[in-house]
Amino acid sequence: MATPKVLVLRCAGINCNEETAHAWNMVGAEAEQVHLNRLLESPGILDRYAVVSIPGGFSYGDDIASGKVLATELTIALGDALRRFVDRGGMVWGICNGFQVLVKTGLLPGTLRDGHRVAATLTWNDSHRYEDRWVHVRLDGRLCPVVEKDGAVIELPVAHGEGKFVTGTPEELAALEAEGRVVLRYVSPSGGKPVYPENPNGAMGDVAGICDATGRVFGLMPHPERFLTPWQHPRWTRERHRTEGDGLSLFRGAVRALKGS
Amino acid sequence: MNAAWQIEVRLAPGVDDAVGHQVEGNLGWIGVSKGLSVKTARQFLLVGDLDRARAERLARDLLADPVTESATVHDHASWDGRRAASVTVYRKQGVMDPVESSIRRGADRLGCRLDHVRTGTTYEFTGTVDDATLARIGSGLLANGAIEDMKVGVVRIPDVRSPSAGAFGRREIPLRTANDAALEKISKDGGLSLSLEEMKAIAAHFTAEGREPTDVELETLAQTWSEHCKHKTLTGGVVYNAGRPDEMRFSNLLKETIKAATETIAHPMCLSVFHDNAGVIAFGDDDALCIKVETHNHPSAIEPYGGAGTGVGGVIRDILGTGRGAKPVANIDVFCVAPPDMAATDVPKGCMHPLRILRGVVAGVRDYGNQMGIPTVNGAVVFDDRYVGNPLVYAGTVGLMPKSAVTKEVRPGDLIVALGGRTGRDGIHGATFSSAELHAESETVDSGAVQIGNAITEKKVADVVLTARDRDLFRAITDCGAGGFSSAVGEMGAECGADVVLDAAPLKYAGLSPAEIWISEAQERMVLAVQPERLDALLALCRDEDVEAAVLGTFTDTGRLRIRHAGVLHADMDMNFLHDGVPKTAREASWEAPAPQPDPTVAPGETGTAILRLLSTPDIASKEWIIRQYDHEVQAGSVIKPLVGTRHHGPSDAAVVAPVLGARRGFALGNGIAPRHADLDPASAAEAGIDEALRNVVAVGGDPSRCAILDNFSWGNCRKPDRLGAMVRCSVACRDTAIALGTPFVSGKDSLNNEYLADGRTIVIPHTLLVTALAIVPDVADCVTMDLKAAGRSLWQIGVSKEELGGSALARLAGTLGTHAPRIDGARAKATFAALHAAIRKGLVASCHDLSEGGLAVALAEMVLAGEIGAEIDVDAAPAASGTTLTARLFGESLTRFIVEVAPGRDAEFAACFAGLDAARIGVTTEKPELVLASGGRRLASLSATDLERAWRPSLSNILQSGISASEAH
Repeated sequence: MATPKVLVLRCAGINCNEETAHAWNMVGAEAEQVHLNRLLESPGILDRYAVVSIPGGFSYGDDIASGKVLATELTIALGDALRRFVDRGGMVWGICNGFQVLVKTGLLPGTLRDGHRVAATLTWNDSHRYEDRWVHVRLDGRLCPVVEKDGAVIELPVAHGEGKFVTGTPEELAALEAEGRVVLRYVSPSGGKPVYPENPNGAMGDVAGICDATGRVFGLMPHPERFLTPWQHPRWTRERHRTEGDGLSLFRGAVRALKGS
Repeated sequence: MNAAWQIEVRLAPGVDDAVGHQVEGNLGWIGVSKGLSVKTARQFLLVGDLDRARAERLARDLLADPVTESATVHDHASWDGRRAASVTVYRKQGVMDPVESSIRRGADRLGCRLDHVRTGTTYEFTGTVDDATLARIGSGLLANGAIEDMKVGVVRIPDVRSPSAGAFGRREIPLRTANDAALEKISKDGGLSLSLEEMKAIAAHFTAEGREPTDVELETLAQTWSEHCKHKTLTGGVVYNAGRPDEMRFSNLLKETIKAATETIAHPMCLSVFHDNAGVIAFGDDDALCIKVETHNHPSAIEPYGGAGTGVGGVIRDILGTGRGAKPVANIDVFCVAPPDMAATDVPKGCMHPLRILRGVVAGVRDYGNQMGIPTVNGAVVFDDRYVGNPLVYAGTVGLMPKSAVTKEVRPGDLIVALGGRTGRDGIHGATFSSAELHAESETVDSGAVQIGNAITEKKVADVVLTARDRDLFRAITDCGAGGFSSAVGEMGAECGADVVLDAAPLKYAGLSPAEIWISEAQERMVLAVQPERLDALLALCRDEDVEAAVLGTFTDTGRLRIRHAGVLHADMDMNFLHDGVPKTAREASWEAPAPQPDPTVAPGETGTAILRLLSTPDIASKEWIIRQYDHEVQAGSVIKPLVGTRHHGPSDAAVVAPVLGARRGFALGNGIAPRHADLDPASAAEAGIDEALRNVVAVGGDPSRCAILDNFSWGNCRKPDRLGAMVRCSVACRDTAIALGTPFVSGKDSLNNEYLADGRTIVIPHTLLVTALAIVPDVADCVTMDLKAAGRSLWQIGVSKEELGGSALARLAGTLGTHAPRIDGARAKATFAALHAAIRKGLVASCHDLSEGGLAVALAEMVLAGEIGAEIDVDAAPAASGTTLTARLFGESLTRFIVEVAPGRDAEFAACFAGLDAARIGVTTEKPELVLASGGRRLASLSATDLERAWRPSLSNILQSGISASEAH
């Protein structure tokens, strides 16, 4: 496959679009920042892209609830187009607010293998505060193709107020885990069970990121696009061994998977 | 069919009600005993073409979360909405509610057109509580009377519509025959804040014109001539200490001090200083950085959340309106408030409790900055009882722009285009309000001056402005700040003239008078000068991005400002008179040194206790609770973060940002503020402020030879000679220090009249100068942080300690002013900064921390706790002036001092950098994470990193998080 083209979505309140586009471009994709209005005018432009990447921010101010208004727009006006996009092999990424949007559209987590539609949301952090801090997460690459190294623990920053992942029932969470759908999980720095603030929001099952049943719809609360170079790490002045940021590997994994398919 | 529904959204059983818990925790502030439990519900009043089924669909699909919430739909017309033991809070009609437009948008998508939306929050109380107590809780904790209404026992939100349109004829104000008393009354009744001399000048001008001014003309003059816009005091004449040996005379204080320094230095990096909305310096070959810091003090005193938020929004617009527009890349916030644990009985009538103010301003800065996607990377908080009635909120922004966009021009024939938010009745008289003193009635009298921002609107405006700039779709731009259109159009057309038609301005609701449209300070608006042939392209871009734009008129070559509304000419004024007609002030100033007080002393055996006490004082203690609520990493440029160290918990000296993705050039941002030095000598406050700001940026790797600084004065009433005398002394020291260091001022601002009158007592804030420093970082990979890195390395003190405990943190703890405030040795400071920067560039510095509040002892403690590496220090080895006491060596706050951990094996090279300067090896780093201080062969203190962290890290955060208990409040 040639250079994958990535549609980086813009709309009122999305504000991580430039660094997200930069991340895609760093790993050999070709990112274009496209305003939601263009997509609403002509949903057919989705055919030009391999990835739809919904960046972080505060779409429509996160009024009502985080991601809710943009999710409503996407579901009503673009729901069918997006479903077709995924069915034909397209990848959809949601980072932070983008993840909140994907969960509120129902694209994530979506259905289980048995067809059961999982009820889930991202709600207020247990601290009930917006917090910016760095976390450790373990990657599960069983299903999601973006993971380069299954089981690796990486560091990424989080910055959100409503990032606590909750499913309707504990059984739904267990089923997601069993299907390899929990792609990123908060862990302690040594890789063990996290406590606050290692799990920064109180998410059930320490869930930081998930994918749908195809593995191609992927959302996460941490910001991989903020950790591309060694100098973005909070301890780089004392840990000089890094040659790149941990976040880069996720973008590279996505492009590798797209080129391989 | 139009119907009204109120939808109530509650948390599902078992979901934690965090907002309710927060209210429970805060009941103590207003003396209500705890033991009440609080549950919250969100209220939405929806009016439109909506039957019950559709209202229920909106409740289910838009308003309530499917997992954590449930909704109930009430028919608003037939519902009494009574609920015992409840308080419901909602925005007053006409106050901006950003949620309204988002709900309309979502409802539109779901096929429901809404005419009208109001939102509110209900608090339900369980426990014994009567309505009077509920009312007290409501007004004391839940609702802010300046912007919100509340009801006790009723959850139904009234369906109140906007006022209907009125007819507005031309209204003349008779000044020509008015006597002095009548002129003063007209100014006072109209909220114009014009002095008698100014009213007389206006009367004389219109007498010469042979007519009376209109209300619109008089309002325009009041806005343009306000202290806030014109800075009459600083640009006026001053005689200082008349008839005494140190007499000084100025015909324009600002020009002859701050600006004179910049002219003398004539730094080649300065591209645009003091005449645009922000100062601009070069950043690499093709780019430029601009920076501005503003105050938003008076609005924040009345409504902390909205005041601070719109403060941030305003300074961001300054950056968008600099040159032909810059991209905001970093935010700064500095707060000065009364101690958050102040007893409620010590808070004067009419003032909010400082804890409520601090939490409110933090939330305001957080929400606006985070939503705009601008990292808030630098700040400070200063605590002093005297800020109780006048909290200070400084907000600053750095912008990035191509050098080609630094200049702008307005040509006759260009169209006047307003872009962004709609105009409403909010923020009327902000400029004149901020130029007056506050008093116990301010909250009720001045509520019109309070504004609520909408960051998302401003973000859309920013995106459009920067795209339009790159497509060359306009020739000039400025922001609507204080004075609204009157200031923006007035400034842009000052050199040529302008014809304005107010009918075209998009309004939030009908019924605004021409004067209201003209001076409204509704937020998120910019004014552009657009070449007529580019207008269609600009309007198309605005449509593409859902931004409103309207042509308000044309810039002319008439030299006159003409304003029409509904075909009536409401103003026809001479631009020269508008901008240059304000009478020059001539004021007297005097300053006398206060009587010195004894310096504090610490017995050697008490050193450890003193360090722990200093670490836990609010001024020094960790600001983590605040910092983490700001997104300091959005835009992915953050290189040195506000918190550093092994667990990202230590206090960074400055932030470093690399604003161009993929490039390694960056800038360091730091600040200095020393109001307690000003109690002893305002000159010391200037020197300490500039020195601290420089120390901060140099400590992380900023280049002191390419460093711009900003001055922000917050002062008392400068019509009083002692206040103005302090200002003169401070300004002169600013000039001398800037010249000595070679660091030009590129921008500045002043906020005067920060005095509060309560119960016949005037509370004057400390003379407060904030200095902000912006230094170029040639390669961010060379940057340094303050946390100790490894054991077995040399620790050096750079700079000399003197007997300077005056105004220090230790003096404050001891309840004394002290004797000598620190003074600068400018030439030596410049050489020291240059030498340290050279050492950092050579890779000789493993960690570096400046010595500020708490002196050497606190700086070392912070380095140890942040790096979890120990330090063994011989205090006697530190460079010190002869006769300096041990207390002053440990805790004094002499300027231009640093501690450096030298890279392994590089001591000789490091020492060579400081030949002829003050630098000495004072100890070594150790494996055991412990600070050990010795003097005269005797151990003064040994404190573990854990103990230091326990003293420093949680003390302020705990107060901010949990509030104060009822027993503390009373």
